[in-house]
Amino acid sequence: MTAMEFSARPPRRGINLEKWGWIYMRASGVVLIVLIFGHLFMNLMVGDGVKAIDFGFVGGKWADPFWQWWDVLMLWLALIHGANGMRTIVNDYTNPGVVQKVLKGALFAAAAALIVLGTLVVFTFEPCPVGAPADLLPSFCAA
Amino acid sequence: MPETSAGTLTAPAKPARQKPGGTLYRGREGMWSWVLHRITGVAIFFFLLVHILDTALVRVSPEAYNAVIGTYQTPIMGLGEVALVGAIVFHAFNGLRIILVDFWAWATRHQKLLFWIVVGLWVVTMLAFTPRHLINVFSH
Ligand code: HEM
Ligand code: HEM
Repeated sequence: MTAMEFSARPPRRGINLEKWGWIYMRASGVVLIVLIFGHLFMNLMVGDGVKAIDFGFVGGKWADPFWQWWDVLMLWLALIHGANGMRTIVNDYTNPGVVQKVLKGALFAAAAALIVLGTLVVFTFEPCPVGAPADLLPSFCAA
Repeated sequence: MPETSAGTLTAPAKPARQKPGGTLYRGREGMWSWVLHRITGVAIFFFLLVHILDTALVRVSPEAYNAVIGTYQTPIMGLGEVALVGAIVFHAFNGLRIILVDFWAWATRHQKLLFWIVVGLWVVTMLAFTPRHLINVFSH
């Protein structure tokens, strides 16, 4: 047997998913800093911070498409970044096999389900549901 | 004869015991930043899973949402939010350090210095955040 036989395997073709995952972690990280720091600043620092958050507060924010898209972008980028990072950790601590497949399947299912749910929540949000007590609703519902 | 004096007769100076560390990844700053980055990443991930579910309650009813977000405003959760923000701020700044170390030769050579800059920025950010947040939580 010669060394040649080992290297005779043709180079892999097609796109290298691990490489794109690596790039994604970095690109999404840079954007997420802006999105998450902005989210935390708006919700924890401005005004009375966490004490001011209620249904009316969310209604006020999502009345503006700017904050709708801010949140949806943050939702997608953070969940994919987090789930892909968790996949790396699963790879590090488990051996290939059933357990590893189940864990990765659970990560994928959780991320996919929450991306769908979160996106629907933002875009189907009803700020002035009929029958709800007016003092719980954003002020513009009175008009 | 006491043991300690025996060595002075013949024993050549022992070679300095090798300390773990000294590579880019094992021991010292390189390893600790990696451990912290991993732990904070996992913690944020699990928070986010819960957080999307609690936000989804705005589609159930104003009462349901207000009940859950009300728990965010209790003193215990207020302290938990300091821990959460601390984890995110570390993960974010250290993530930037990782990116710089990967793409920029100067940063690769000075990754230890950059780690201490991350720690410094973390302290400054938390000093700006924590008092204001705790005042919000514990007053009104
Ligand atoms: C204690 C800290 C936090 C508080 C009080 C908080 C509060 C809120 C509130 C009130 C909303 C409703 C919409 C809005 O205000 O924009 C929201 C949505 C959201 N937050 Fe946070 N948040 C916190 C931390 C975080 C963190 C650390 C992340 C990211 C890792 C995050 C990601 C999101 C996402 C993705 C949404 C949109 C959910 C959806 O699409 O249904 N939040 N958050
Ligand atoms: C705030 C902005 C963020 C930045 C700058 C950032 C940056 C990074 C970077 C550069 C990596 C290393 C990837 C690699 O080595 O290939 C990473 C890993 C990771 N991130 Fe983030 N990230 C951010 C937010 C988040 C959020 C919101 C979550 C959770 C939802 C998260 C969870 C993780 C996890 C679980 C890992 C894997 C850790 C490991 O392999 O040890 N990160 N992040």
